[in-house]
Amino acid sequence: MTWDLVANVAIAGVLTGLVYGLMALGLSVIFGVVRVVNFAHGEMMTIAMYATVALFAAWRIDPFLAVVPVAAAFFVFGYLLQARLINPFVTRPEHSQFILLLAVAIIITNALMVSFGPDARNVQVDYQLESYAIGPILFDKARLYAAGMALAASAALFAFFRFSLTGKAIRACADNYLGAKVVGLDVKRYYALTFGLGAACVAVAGCMMILLVDVTPILGPAYTLLAFVIVIVGGLGSMGGALLGGVLIGLSEALAGLFIQPSAKSMISFGLLILVLLFRPQGLLGKKA
Amino acid sequence: MLSVEDLDLYYGDAQALSGVSLEVPQGDIVAIIGANGAGKSSLIRTIAGIEAPRAGKIVFKGTPIQGLESHQICNLGIGQVAEGRQVFPSLTVLENLEMGAVLPRARAAAKRALEDVFTLFPRLAERRTQVAGTMSGGEQQMLAIGRCLMGAPELIMFDEPSLGLAPVVVQEVLHTIHVLHQRGLTILLVEQNVAVSLKISQRAYVLENGRMVMSGSGDELLRNDRVRQAYLGL
Repeated sequence: MTWDLVANVAIAGVLTGLVYGLMALGLSVIFGVVRVVNFAHGEMMTIAMYATVALFAAWRIDPFLAVVPVAAAFFVFGYLLQARLINPFVTRPEHSQFILLLAVAIIITNALMVSFGPDARNVQVDYQLESYAIGPILFDKARLYAAGMALAASAALFAFFRFSLTGKAIRACADNYLGAKVVGLDVKRYYALTFGLGAACVAVAGCMMILLVDVTPILGPAYTLLAFVIVIVGGLGSMGGALLGGVLIGLSEALAGLFIQPSAKSMISFGLLILVLLFRPQGLLGKKA
Repeated sequence: MLSVEDLDLYYGDAQALSGVSLEVPQGDIVAIIGANGAGKSSLIRTIAGIEAPRAGKIVFKGTPIQGLESHQICNLGIGQVAEGRQVFPSLTVLENLEMGAVLPRARAAAKRALEDVFTLFPRLAERRTQVAGTMSGGEQQMLAIGRCLMGAPELIMFDEPSLGLAPVVVQEVLHTIHVLHQRGLTILLVEQNVAVSLKISQRAYVLENGRMVMSGSGDELLRNDRVRQAYLGL
């Protein structure tokens, strides 16, 4: 085993990890504001992957262009899901929320199974087979672009929360629920916007992920779990933490695949999770509760 | 300006307000006094639309407002400086103030309102980039009042504005309430400092165990034996 190989695998892991990070960012933002854990998160990502496959199959739409309609559709879907279905559950006990979102997840998986069948699907574009070489290090074009898109989407979300009035209002709702009501913020509307934004993150991540892996209807639960691991490692509710967690998990999966065997990748991720829970329960970038 | 009629509020099976009625005429300071747990905060929160009453009417400037959402009520011109200040601790002073002006009624005039708040509280201007959670209680109270003013309210409900503050800051808060009243704002004041609140109010109500048991001008209640015994310790 050469260092070149290790470096190549590590870089691929980091790049994939950024896409993971964007997916987890969606979960983290929704939890951080609405305080509801989206147990259908991975399932939502599989919808986005299938949507990209369908757009590609029908009109040869490149996944990078598919980002726009898929993210827009997911924003509307997420907004309506929160406004119509989840908002009444916000004040209910956590187990009711859990069952509600689990039901949504199972319905999604079944609907995908009915619509697309059990076979794995993917998209095939030219740049998936190309790469840039810097000395002995190779950057897969598809992976590099996907990571770039994930970073750009994350940066846009950061900027939105930092600078826009709506973004600040969403942070205010997360910061002090009663305070938000006192100043007359329409909290439920901001919750719906937040879920829409979280769903849009997942949509972008899904459009990119289909360039890197094949999709099947039952991929959802694994990604839901992966998103949990990432946000817990990075720090629940921390936006930077989600990206960092994504990169760490992506890197650990890739290196575990190389040094041990591909089937060991989850073992290392979950080992990392246990270490974080033991020694830094708030997550790497999380604030102490 | 605001009239409350026969308001009943329950938390589960526990009755917090029963048959509460109240009049707040335009331009007045109206005080509500009562022991801890008498229902003063519950009354304010019900008027603000944060709690839903089981029965009763709340009318603001001729419009019934019971059953409206809190943001709709704020947008009619009822502002609130809540108990415990309720600032946004991880937002900056400026961001906190901006949140007060998200209301549709306040957006257009937000810039002028901000200058006005900074004139009223120069310390907020100095600290505009500071995160609110790191400020002292008194500064947070100024911020809570400033944030409320950003919403261009016509009636401000103060819930225990002096609670937990140093005496010199309490004076500042009371002075601010006086200034706002001078500007023509109507004020509903819940204040643990009974002597002061009766002195500055035109009209006052005594709330006991969720019922209004007495009302009168501030002077009348200051001279009332029962009030003197129960709330002033005289």
